[in-house]
Amino acid sequence: MKDQGLGRRDFLKGAVVGGAAAATATTGINSPQSAQAQQPTAPPAAAPVAPGYEFLNLEEAAFVEALVDHMVPADELTPKGTDIGINVYIDRSLAGGWGKGDRLYMQGPWKLGVPSQGYQLPLTPAQLYRAGVEATNAHCRKAYGKPFDGLTEQQREEVLVALSTGKLSFENGPPASVFWTTLYQTVMQGMFSDPIHGGNRNKAGWRLIGFPGVVAVHRENVEKYRDKKFPATPLSIADMS
Amino acid sequence: MVTKLKEVDAVVVGLGWTGGILSKELAEAGLKVVALERGPRRTTDKDYAVPNIRDELRYVIRHELMQNTARDTLTIRNNPTQEALPMRRLGSFLPGEGVGGSGVHWSGHTWRWTDMEFKVRSMYEERYGKNFIPADMTIQDWGITYAELEPYYDRFEYTAAISGKAGNIRGEIQPGGNPFEAPRARDYPLPPLTPILSSVMFTEAAKNNGYHPFPRPSANASRAYTNPDGAKFGACQYCGYCQRFGCEANAKGSPDVAVIPIAMRNPNFELRTHSWVTKVLKDSDGKRVTGVAYTNLLNGEEFEQPAGIVLLCAYAINNVHLMLLSGVGQPYDPAAQTGIIGKNYCYQTGAAATLFFEGRHFNPFISAGGSNASIDDFNINWNFDRGPHGYVGGFNIAGGFNTALPIGYRPVPRGTPQWGKAWKAATAKWYQTAMTINSSGTVMANRYNYYDLDPTYRNAFGQPLMRMTFDYKENEHKLSRHAAQVINDIAKSMNPTRLNEANARTGPWSVVPYQSTHNTGGTIMGTNPINSAVNKYLQSWDCHNLFTIGANVFAHNATYNPTGPVGALAYWTADAIKNRYLRNPGPMVPA
Repeated sequence: MKDQGLGRRDFLKGAVVGGAAAATATTGINSPQSAQAQQPTAPPAAAPVAPGYEFLNLEEAAFVEALVDHMVPADELTPKGTDIGINVYIDRSLAGGWGKGDRLYMQGPWKLGVPSQGYQLPLTPAQLYRAGVEATNAHCRKAYGKPFDGLTEQQREEVLVALSTGKLSFENGPPASVFWTTLYQTVMQGMFSDPIHGGNRNKAGWRLIGFPGVVAVHRENVEKYRDKKFPATPLSIADMS
Repeated sequence: MVTKLKEVDAVVVGLGWTGGILSKELAEAGLKVVALERGPRRTTDKDYAVPNIRDELRYVIRHELMQNTARDTLTIRNNPTQEALPMRRLGSFLPGEGVGGSGVHWSGHTWRWTDMEFKVRSMYEERYGKNFIPADMTIQDWGITYAELEPYYDRFEYTAAISGKAGNIRGEIQPGGNPFEAPRARDYPLPPLTPILSSVMFTEAAKNNGYHPFPRPSANASRAYTNPDGAKFGACQYCGYCQRFGCEANAKGSPDVAVIPIAMRNPNFELRTHSWVTKVLKDSDGKRVTGVAYTNLLNGEEFEQPAGIVLLCAYAINNVHLMLLSGVGQPYDPAAQTGIIGKNYCYQTGAAATLFFEGRHFNPFISAGGSNASIDDFNINWNFDRGPHGYVGGFNIAGGFNTALPIGYRPVPRGTPQWGKAWKAATAKWYQTAMTINSSGTVMANRYNYYDLDPTYRNAFGQPLMRMTFDYKENEHKLSRHAAQVINDIAKSMNPTRLNEANARTGPWSVVPYQSTHNTGGTIMGTNPINSAVNKYLQSWDCHNLFTIGANVFAHNATYNPTGPVGALAYWTADAIKNRYLRNPGPMVPA
């Protein structure tokens, strides 16, 4: 199966993002993908400006970009994950107050407890992400000889299915299921939150479902659009500011 | 160093619905009232304005208006044999923080609880016999009646701009209203909200199944309104951002619209924000309280605020926590079954189905907080025979939407992949075509569901966290199974293209997914100091100048949202203090 999303990402790295290109060398992305790099799925002119990262290191950036492009692939419904900024949303969230554990009770002692007791790790979301990416990549290297971003589409799918169904466990790391929950939530937040937070670029997530975004008043619309398609050209906070 | 301040007549801890009502009423009665609120004061024009308020990530996911668990939280366990661990972030319930409290971010569902709650033990025993109530189910009559509260429900409904349709005015059943409701003196102040498609379809299906649907009464003003105190409300805009958000239109019945501005204009009233109360102070003989200790969160300075009357009006959980931290009353011990503070903590159960109709357009982003239709056929309908089902309590069922925003609400049929092209296609296909039917069900008190102080974990002030021990018992499992069955029967009768059936809630209660901010009990009201922490006027049996007003006085939890009786009890208590206590300070009910 062709991995077009990956090819596009690698093309961008080589063409635009000098720093990330260096990362591909150290993280071991090799020839099967580079062949596809010659066949981008969309014209480079549509490419967003390289975002730069506040939190993610090179290996994490490569992981997150591969992840969001795999989970949100380009098709006639939306551009792919990196083209709508889900990676940017994740980076900014991890770098910000939420990632640093804002509102998280961080006092010990630390015990795993039972699932009904909720999150019990001595890690901020950013620390959890860092540890989880490292552990997932360690698993990928062991199972496939490459980090996540170097895998084929089929292999990436296997890894995510294993993560999401609890079949993967991290040796001496955080519970893989807790990492997956956070990973999944942040991808969805990056796709459907207001673009002011870095993702959902051009309101692509909202366009997908027909969500109108920041509408001030719907009072007249209750009856007017009852059982009728609402003509949603979504508006964001920035559009209204 | 603690600075001792000048004594005031009354100090109010927490300025939400009950603190707002008590502050306004007592200041109007001439008392010097100080309210201490741990959070900030936000205003509609500055903090709830469009477009910034339309931010699901900020308000729903990141909990901007809620209690900060980094500073103070609870520990959680399902039963006394487990080790309780901290609720490290919010999930199952969302106490508000700041002026207005949870009354800022609520949806506005406002109900009148009836004698089926207030006389729960006597009614069930009379009809089904003593053995029908399980031995560990510590339910009891509340010591108050619907008839006593009726004028105060009315007062709250007219204060909070409730939109709805009466079902029973002075015993006469009203078409279009809830035929099972207890008699009311008059209709709601505002007509019901305009129904959305899901509400229309549920109403029709419920009728076809022989049930009695009616529009949900809710504090979303269906048109502009001025309440009896002169507070002005705008008309609800059905913006779809209600629950978890402040209202930019001042259309939500919030205490910071309905009562607090009135109190603020009264020179007898003073508000101190960022003021964290750590303890209620007792007199040397322990028969009175003398005031409260608090910390100014803006500079860490500590104060003692002496007061003639102390009113605990914080979120229900925090009221109980303060009682335990202050050593007022005897802590409850479930093993020995002694003590009372912490007893009868209750929550709510439920079930929900999602129905998909190809070709329909539900526009889930167009809704008010209360644009649902409900049925009470299995709730306050005493003709519904619980005998064959073997549970105490009931459930209501509703169809409609409330704050269905896209990070949290993207319905797809069960079995849909969680990511990739197939996920995207299904998300796009079904988003507009789905509606939900859900139920809320009672949780009856149980000997082993309770609060006490945690032995290990501490808050930012070095005080023990509250420990919550809670799980659903067999009574709730039976009830949830029945609710799921009724929901699925109604859903199937509507012939949806696809149906995610309702499942009964039978696993252990989890602190993770949001369920309901309806935490009740802990300092329950009752008829004597052995069975309750406060009397029917919400006055402490131990210290007669200490009152606590909130859902923490509920002896069990009903199907209905708690704010109706919380608001009514606040006015009831205010009247008792003004008309009786001030004339003759002392216990208003002999112990």
